[in-house]
Amino acid sequence: MPTRREIFEARQRRRANLVAAGSTGLVVLAIVVLVPLAPGWEAVQRSFFNGEVFARTFPGLLNAFLMDIAIFAWCAPLIAAAGLLLAIARDLRAPALTPVKLAATAFIDIFRGLPVILVIYLIGFGIPGLGLPRPWNSPYLWGSLALILVYSAYVAEVIRSGIESIHDSQRAAAQSLGLSPRDTMRFVILPQAVRRVVPANMNLFIALQKDVALLSFIGPVEIFRQAGVYKSLLANFTPYVGAALIFLAITIPATRYADHLMSRQKRARS
Amino acid sequence: MAMLQLTGVRKAFGDNVVLDGIDLTVSAGQMVCLIGASGSGKSTLLRCMNLLEPIDDGAILLDGTDISEPGRDPQPVRTRIGMVFQSYNLFPHMTARANVELAPRRVRGQSGAALSDRVAALFARFGLADRMEHYPDQLSGGQQQRVAIIRALAMAPEIMLFDEITSALDPELVGEVLDVLRQLRAEGMTMVLATHEMGFARELADTVCFLDRGRILESGPPARIFETPQEPRTRAFLSRVL
Repeated sequence: MPTRREIFEARQRRRANLVAAGSTGLVVLAIVVLVPLAPGWEAVQRSFFNGEVFARTFPGLLNAFLMDIAIFAWCAPLIAAAGLLLAIARDLRAPALTPVKLAATAFIDIFRGLPVILVIYLIGFGIPGLGLPRPWNSPYLWGSLALILVYSAYVAEVIRSGIESIHDSQRAAAQSLGLSPRDTMRFVILPQAVRRVVPANMNLFIALQKDVALLSFIGPVEIFRQAGVYKSLLANFTPYVGAALIFLAITIPATRYADHLMSRQKRARS
Repeated sequence: MAMLQLTGVRKAFGDNVVLDGIDLTVSAGQMVCLIGASGSGKSTLLRCMNLLEPIDDGAILLDGTDISEPGRDPQPVRTRIGMVFQSYNLFPHMTARANVELAPRRVRGQSGAALSDRVAALFARFGLADRMEHYPDQLSGGQQQRVAIIRALAMAPEIMLFDEITSALDPELVGEVLDVLRQLRAEGMTMVLATHEMGFARELADTVCFLDRGRILESGPPARIFETPQEPRTRAFLSRVL
């Protein structure tokens, strides 16, 4: 037998679901009916949502996306390592290491303060411009370096916020046992801090996966560039839509997973 | 013999004077209880003894050596003084055993079977042999606090400081932690406790000190402090808590 409250809540839920379904249906209907009424709809449909072009270019786009994944795969671990080192360097307290600390602070300020595309241009065109021999003039190399510089600055700041979020009582406990400041950081503070910022860092790495496409501006043929090639070849924008779908197939699940981690962490701490 | 001796210890946070000239002597094997209202300076006094807070003036002598000298490396001193906190402060990402083994490994360079046997023996001694591989969040408050005590004892300290270690516990868990203190007392450990457990202080302390506004207003054997307090403030405090 349901209780009075359960009957009441079930009725409320039914009503809420009905209203939500009704309003969503109305909006979808409006879009489906209204958008094709726009004067340019047929032209847009032909050049952006062309099924034939989509089928012809999609395998090639998928293939080009492997390059995006490869660039991401070699940048990500280097970014994680550099970010961790920068975060530690920025928190150094020994007077003799002040230059290291200042350099790390300047590095983080500079690369967080610049648009990614600007760094890619400056490094990707600037360094090969020195006339270096192969393979040292590769845009893959310098483009990757640009991504690593920018994203390690972001990761460093995220890790530092994690370090600052660890309660002082943990440091006091470690010190009271006679642990050195270095061991306190390495065994007590950092492991907790890094775990705490995993979701925030995941969001950064999702952004990185998207920003790999920016390297197309200095040469590497990855998915965005490949889509551009198809566009010129077929005089049709549908390959860009195909590329967008491929990105979304990766980034939406990854974002949802990061959200899930974050809410789980929030529950665990409350 | 004086193991720990404080003379004229002063400590202020900005304009707020927290310790206002503390003189205190703790002899080897003694148990000293610090009582007093919240904010009277008990916790700060313990943190100063362990050099977690630098003192502004006065001196703290451990076995006759001035450990409060400015510029002195606090690390070797801390290995000789164990401390247990109100909120346990276990490392949440490590098992109970890893919590206990960390400092002996890193500070004393111990390892292998010698260390793990010694740690296992400590866990067994305090009735936690079956909890060694548990993480802190899998343990009750009382068990966590006992692990924290074991963690401090694993460094074989000469003196133990306890900062209101039962205050965060549910009432039914207080007993198991006080039993550990009884056991340590019986084994002759030198101890300083900040505590609100008046019954416990009365039963086991050698000396009870009543702190008020950063001073030790009155101190002596528990029978005298609890039965014939001299100072009106001590009487007022005791009438509120007893």
